[in-house]
Amino acid sequence: MSVAIKVTVNGQTHEHEVEPRQMLVSYLREELGLTGTHVGCDTSNCGACTAIVDGQAVKVCTMLAAQADGAEITTIEGLAANGTLHPLQEAFRETHGLQCGFCTPGMIMAAWQLLERNATPSDAEVRHALEGNFCRCTGYDNIIKAVQHAAESA
Amino acid sequence: MGVIGQSIKRVEDQRFITGKGRYTDDIALPNSTFAALVRSPHAHAAINNVDTTAAAAADGVVAVFTGADLEAAGVGGLPCGWQVDFKSGDTMKEPAHPVLAATKVRHVGDPVAIVLAESREQAADAAELVVVDYEVLDAVVAATQATAEGAPQLFDDVPNNTPFDWELGDQAATDAALASAAHVTTLEYDNQRLIPNAIEPRCAIGDYDGARDHYTLYTSSQNPHVIRLLMTAFVLGLPEHKVRVVSPDVGGGFGSKIFHYAEEVLVTWCSRQIGRPVKWTASRSEAFLTDAHGRDHHTRVDLGLDADGNFVGLRVKTVANLGAYLSTFAPCVPTYLYGTLLQGLYTTPAVHVDVTGVFTNTTPVDALRGAGRPEATYVLERTVEQAALETGRDPAQLRSQNFIPAFDGVEQEGYQTQVALQYDSGNYGAALEKALAAIGYDELRAEQAQARAAGNGRHIGIGFSTYIEACGIAPSAVVGALGARAGLFESAGVRVQPTGKVTVFTGSHSHGQGHETTFAQVVADGLGVGIEDVDIIHGDTESVPFGMGTYGSRSLAVGGTAIVKSMDKIKEKGAKIAAHLLEAAEEDLEFAEGSWTVKGTDQSIAFGEVALAAYVPHNFPEGLEPGLEFTSFYDPANFTFPFGAHIAVVEVDAETGVVAVRRYVAVDDVGNIVNPMIVEGQVHGGITHGIGQALFEEAVYDDSGQLISGSYMDYVLPRADDLPSFETDHTVTPCPHNPLGVKGAGETGTIGSPPAIVNAVLDALWPLGVRDLAMPLTPQKVWQAIQQAS
Repeated sequence: MSVAIKVTVNGQTHEHEVEPRQMLVSYLREELGLTGTHVGCDTSNCGACTAIVDGQAVKVCTMLAAQADGAEITTIEGLAANGTLHPLQEAFRETHGLQCGFCTPGMIMAAWQLLERNATPSDAEVRHALEGNFCRCTGYDNIIKAVQHAAESA
Repeated sequence: MGVIGQSIKRVEDQRFITGKGRYTDDIALPNSTFAALVRSPHAHAAINNVDTTAAAAADGVVAVFTGADLEAAGVGGLPCGWQVDFKSGDTMKEPAHPVLAATKVRHVGDPVAIVLAESREQAADAAELVVVDYEVLDAVVAATQATAEGAPQLFDDVPNNTPFDWELGDQAATDAALASAAHVTTLEYDNQRLIPNAIEPRCAIGDYDGARDHYTLYTSSQNPHVIRLLMTAFVLGLPEHKVRVVSPDVGGGFGSKIFHYAEEVLVTWCSRQIGRPVKWTASRSEAFLTDAHGRDHHTRVDLGLDADGNFVGLRVKTVANLGAYLSTFAPCVPTYLYGTLLQGLYTTPAVHVDVTGVFTNTTPVDALRGAGRPEATYVLERTVEQAALETGRDPAQLRSQNFIPAFDGVEQEGYQTQVALQYDSGNYGAALEKALAAIGYDELRAEQAQARAAGNGRHIGIGFSTYIEACGIAPSAVVGALGARAGLFESAGVRVQPTGKVTVFTGSHSHGQGHETTFAQVVADGLGVGIEDVDIIHGDTESVPFGMGTYGSRSLAVGGTAIVKSMDKIKEKGAKIAAHLLEAAEEDLEFAEGSWTVKGTDQSIAFGEVALAAYVPHNFPEGLEPGLEFTSFYDPANFTFPFGAHIAVVEVDAETGVVAVRRYVAVDDVGNIVNPMIVEGQVHGGITHGIGQALFEEAVYDDSGQLISGSYMDYVLPRADDLPSFETDHTVTPCPHNPLGVKGAGETGTIGSPPAIVNAVLDALWPLGVRDLAMPLTPQKVWQAIQQAS
């Protein structure tokens, strides 16, 4: 009653036997110890668990680990390259785009997807792109500024 | 050094933006078990039997415990930390709040049993196998129904479901003032129930170490010392020094993580029973059902005005829904955090408030961001705006003419209200003037008049809210006299290391507020060291001396002042060492920018050199102890009273009922500001929380007590595309009674914004005949109101 999967996470390949019902987020957090990806609602509403799976921002609380077989995954821990923060990470700090930090990894990943698709979004486009990610602390204003800051510095 | 008042980037951000934050659920202890709770599906039911046989035999199950097991082990109920006695003088009714219900459940989600298993999934599966024989009873849900004749009774020993009633102010004078008023504005409404929704669900891990007979509880709490005290002294009867409580990074609190919850007791107690760690993490459904809710008042208010528009009397009658049990601080929220704020910013000479607290078959209600003060502000600011609309007065002018004149609390005395509190300092007109200028009030009114004249379907509304709040809670003697069962001081240990680096141990707790930065700025300024030379430790009872925690916007005003007190002692001792080393008299020294200097000379010694001498005391003042470290406890002299003026501009689409917030201007006065960037962030978040209440959020129960807004598909949180960019500014009226002159900034937005939004929508729709609207202003409600009016 287990499924063999092989995934590449943040550039490292892992092979595991997983329960068919195990969610990708619990695989990342509990098997791989990558606790930067958070669970806020386990119903794909809040977006705290957003990670990049094969180039797409995915809420991994509602994706089975078994479905990720063969996938290339980037989590918040893998966003910085060779010790240099990604422009989005820098921008969130620069504009005070986070407070408690719990939604931040998912927010950064969702914003990463937006900037992949649209390098120069309007404020309204940023707000629309992030409407699947809840933040209860910041009121979003400084998150919008962070994404624009990153877009400008990219 | 000039670091106070600088928008220093947050030092804590590095770990959060790289995924290295450490929240409770991120902690994986070796050999851990996982807990799942069996919760009542009924709002009100007697428990005939709990059969755990099948669950105990299920795959991976380690143990199952029920309420009967806890009772047999002598585990006590969850305590209440605040006593509000009846108007008659009778003692508050305080029924037992069992950790696991043994004989009766009183709300959907009330825990009945706990299952421990090798994995989360096995625990969840086995919890489904626990068979509870319930005898379902009629439920009471609405506050207004709780005291009705024949209403279901939650507790045998609490008649009329009423644990307390309460009043404040001069009733006779208020009634007389209203009887002779030229105009009386009356509103009756619900300040609806909200669900806090910190994005991190609550989590608790219990870890009993038999070799040391020692417990560790990791919990997502805003106040670990308070949890330890309540749990050890009142629930489990454990020796306090054998229990360590750690609150690591916490993903938002908003009040909901102040309280002592059943799961904290359960994981701690169960860990001892099975000799292994026990971890429980709430699902979002559990968060909706069991995090203490907020607000839920039914209120009638009468405001009397004389012929010139001066307020002559305010009468408020409120029924406060407390839910099924008295949560930790529940009784103080609709009383001392509410009634005492009903003077507002106004000189109203007669104020009376009457409150009845009632039990219902719903989730317990306690403090939620603002806690009582948003409810009080809504009473005042909705009513004042309604009075302006009814009497055809400008709402800004009506407020201004009734404002308490400016006073600084130094040259002029604090302002004594009709409802117990004495305000510290205020300049209310200045904040409103600044907000009016920022929004361009005259131009906006002209635009509104044009749109109305054109009849082009653009329904523009401008709404005000000028609020005051009481923060920095609080003088222990005062709150003690008001029923608090705890002191409300704060502690801070400041340890200067031999190399001059500084470690601060604060009893405040950061769950997003940025203490590691703001407090470091305070220390850098006080001791003349670099911000990078300061480390702020919080959230661990083993390292921090004691702490009352973070809530009520108290961290900087109370916790920050405790740090200043310790720094004062460090500088006093440091001066003795410096004088010895400089061979000068202590009174000839001055401390500035990290050095002691002999006044009028170039002879000086740096802070770091004095620190080193304190730990390598070869050449040291006779009789002075080595070391450079002090702990202080600061008990404030008064509350602090932040205030401000908020103006919302909305546009209502009459075809759909959709409200768009076009602009939002907030001018807040939080006293002196240490880090403007962080304060602005707090204001943004607070405004958003308040806009959530005004437009989107509502906990809805059906008549049987089922929470029908128990998921994100049903309970609407504000999203990024629902909101405007905020325009914020400040006036600065320092607090006269703490050395930093700070008042607190965590709740201003939540307190100020709901009436501003609702007032703006009513201003937009008043010409259509709409006279009142109940929060949240959903498109359906707004559309219906327009249809009914026209």
